[in-house]
Amino acid sequence: METRTRQFRQNSVAALSDENVQKNLAGLYSGFHSARLTASAATSDWQELSDTGRRIKAHVIENLDYYLEMLARNVERAGGKVFFARDAESASDYVAGVAARHNVDMVIKSKSMLSEEMGLNERLEQDGIEPVETDLGEYIVQLAGDTPFHIIAPAIHKSREDVSQLFTETLGSPYYEDIEDLGREARVQLRQKFMAAGMGVSGANFLVAETGTVTLVTNEGNGRMCTSMPKVHVAISGMEKVIPSMEDLSVFLRLLIRSATGQMLSSYVTTVTGPRKDYEEDGPEEFHLVIVDNGRSRLLADPDLREALLCLRCGACLNACPVYRKVGGHAYGWVYPGPIGAVVSPMLTGLSDAKDLPYASTLCGACKEACPVQIDIPRMLLYLRKELTQGDNYPDQRAASPAEAVAMKGWRASVSSDKAIRAANLFARLGQSVVSNEGKISSLPGPLSGWTEHRDFPPAARPFRSRWRELSDE
Amino acid sequence: MFVTCIVDQFFPGVGEAVVHTLRSLGDEVQFNPAQTCCGQPAFNSGYWNEAKPLARRLLSQYDGSEPVVLPSGSCVAMIRNYYHELFSDDAVNQARAERLSRNVYEFTEYVAGKTDSSQLDGLLGTGKIEAKVAFHEACHGKRELGVDAQPKRILDTVANRVDLPQAEVCCGFGGTFSVKYSDISGAMLSEKLDNIEASGADVVTACDSSCLMHIRGGLQRRGSDVKAVHIAELVAAALEGRG
Repeated sequence: METRTRQFRQNSVAALSDENVQKNLAGLYSGFHSARLTASAATSDWQELSDTGRRIKAHVIENLDYYLEMLARNVERAGGKVFFARDAESASDYVAGVAARHNVDMVIKSKSMLSEEMGLNERLEQDGIEPVETDLGEYIVQLAGDTPFHIIAPAIHKSREDVSQLFTETLGSPYYEDIEDLGREARVQLRQKFMAAGMGVSGANFLVAETGTVTLVTNEGNGRMCTSMPKVHVAISGMEKVIPSMEDLSVFLRLLIRSATGQMLSSYVTTVTGPRKDYEEDGPEEFHLVIVDNGRSRLLADPDLREALLCLRCGACLNACPVYRKVGGHAYGWVYPGPIGAVVSPMLTGLSDAKDLPYASTLCGACKEACPVQIDIPRMLLYLRKELTQGDNYPDQRAASPAEAVAMKGWRASVSSDKAIRAANLFARLGQSVVSNEGKISSLPGPLSGWTEHRDFPPAARPFRSRWRELSDE
Repeated sequence: MFVTCIVDQFFPGVGEAVVHTLRSLGDEVQFNPAQTCCGQPAFNSGYWNEAKPLARRLLSQYDGSEPVVLPSGSCVAMIRNYYHELFSDDAVNQARAERLSRNVYEFTEYVAGKTDSSQLDGLLGTGKIEAKVAFHEACHGKRELGVDAQPKRILDTVANRVDLPQAEVCCGFGGTFSVKYSDISGAMLSEKLDNIEASGADVVTACDSSCLMHIRGGLQRRGSDVKAVHIAELVAAALEGRG
């Protein structure tokens, strides 16, 4: 996917002024966010589950090579093929190569954010292969020539009216008033694709190392069609998705699903272990698992950022984030938006290009609170901010503006001693007599003007430090 | 006590309210006029090297032998939770920070820790404030320190607390965020103000003057009648029976 992290500022302003997007985003708090709170509250051992999940994931990330080897061995033992891809391009090459070997002209896909990372659809199209997204949200996004807005609800920025209009334009369907009719239309369209496709590509929610099993969590059943109907199934997965055992899977299914949609369990949980066995009625004849790095080893290599690999991609931090709920997913400019995206995208696509993302947070901590595996996102955002200004560990990624650095030094000087503070206060009080009006300042100059566009600023007072003597005499 | 930059420069009345409250609780209050800033604005902006001298200065002025009370969850969180990170390569100051972190308190955390409801009731006499008060759950106090029940208990004693919808959602201040991304911040503020107005409150309060400065600026710009007042000022007013 094309990286547009540099345009965060413009894109966020555009989203703020888009009434339709704002209306659709407004539903996240009462929707997914509240549903997660209800579901976790209804899970009596939620905290214990979360602690366990965090412990397992942290253990796996610390021993990633061991579990990936175990996984690969067991996938192969089950008759599947495993390919480790260093980057997006080699992963796409592999998938396209499998398609070419089988003379496939259409590929059905279940939802995968990694596929967006890889730009897999574009790559397949270049080779004359038609990729068809079968998750309803992804299908809508694909028809619209758009990109996902949210990691679990890709078309959440589109209203029912938007989709009705889209279907009439792209599918030639009648303009439907009911969501059920839209669903039925998509179902009819997709059914033909399911029947005709020579290959299915799926993502993976979890990879179970001890059995070599790919697990998919869906609500539409499309994932299961993709993994069972075509002759060839290729699963693509980031390398951090591996977990040790089936027993662990029960922990993560609860954490993921309750955090993502607030359901106790999703409609479908699919497990795939290798291709069809002799005694099985259906399933693919050939199974491939592509395990992708694509920059994840940079996260792994940095002890301050490694925690980001614990992420289950549930989207809870997006729904909890008051900034995401204003600017939406496209503003962040790459595959992963929201708080976790502000950590992951810079490291996967280039920190200095994505310099606006770590700052696009008030550090309110709602993301950390929402995370089912307790990822300390605010701490990592602070760390990335430090790297952008000081470059302690990434000297070539420094990207702070010189003017800001000077301003920060000036500010520090102004608060470095009691004397300096008194002087600055006096200076401010003399200066503000011009601009202050009835206990407020409604217009500030220069970089501070952004503040007074939306709110007044208080005038400086005679400081507490000057009043203390009178107070101490009382 | 330690006063935050914003209290010192813009809302010195909050500092006075802290002094009056602590004295009413029987404490002797000390203040060091040579105090400066905890360093959070620089730290949060990525300028850790600028934050360090300020943090070192603070640590040299407060050794943790006496409790230090601050009218801000955010500054307490900086000292308690992030000095450790800031001084990860400086064992001496990390140890000092560790010591101080055990004896630094957000104002309501300290007051609630010292009193139970009946004591607070006793102190207040008939001083309950009549105005309807909405409590904004400022982020750092709530999530970094876990201070949430304390201010609510205090408010329920001194005032008529009304429910604030989405009280736990950030007001959009975020320090330099409010200037760097003033439009996003403004949109978040606007939602907060809508909720405050919907609550029917006469007064909105919080444990942090920074959030309140932001909220107050927005209310003024809207021409709203709702007042933004620090919780310490409400407590002090109740103690003086000025309800």
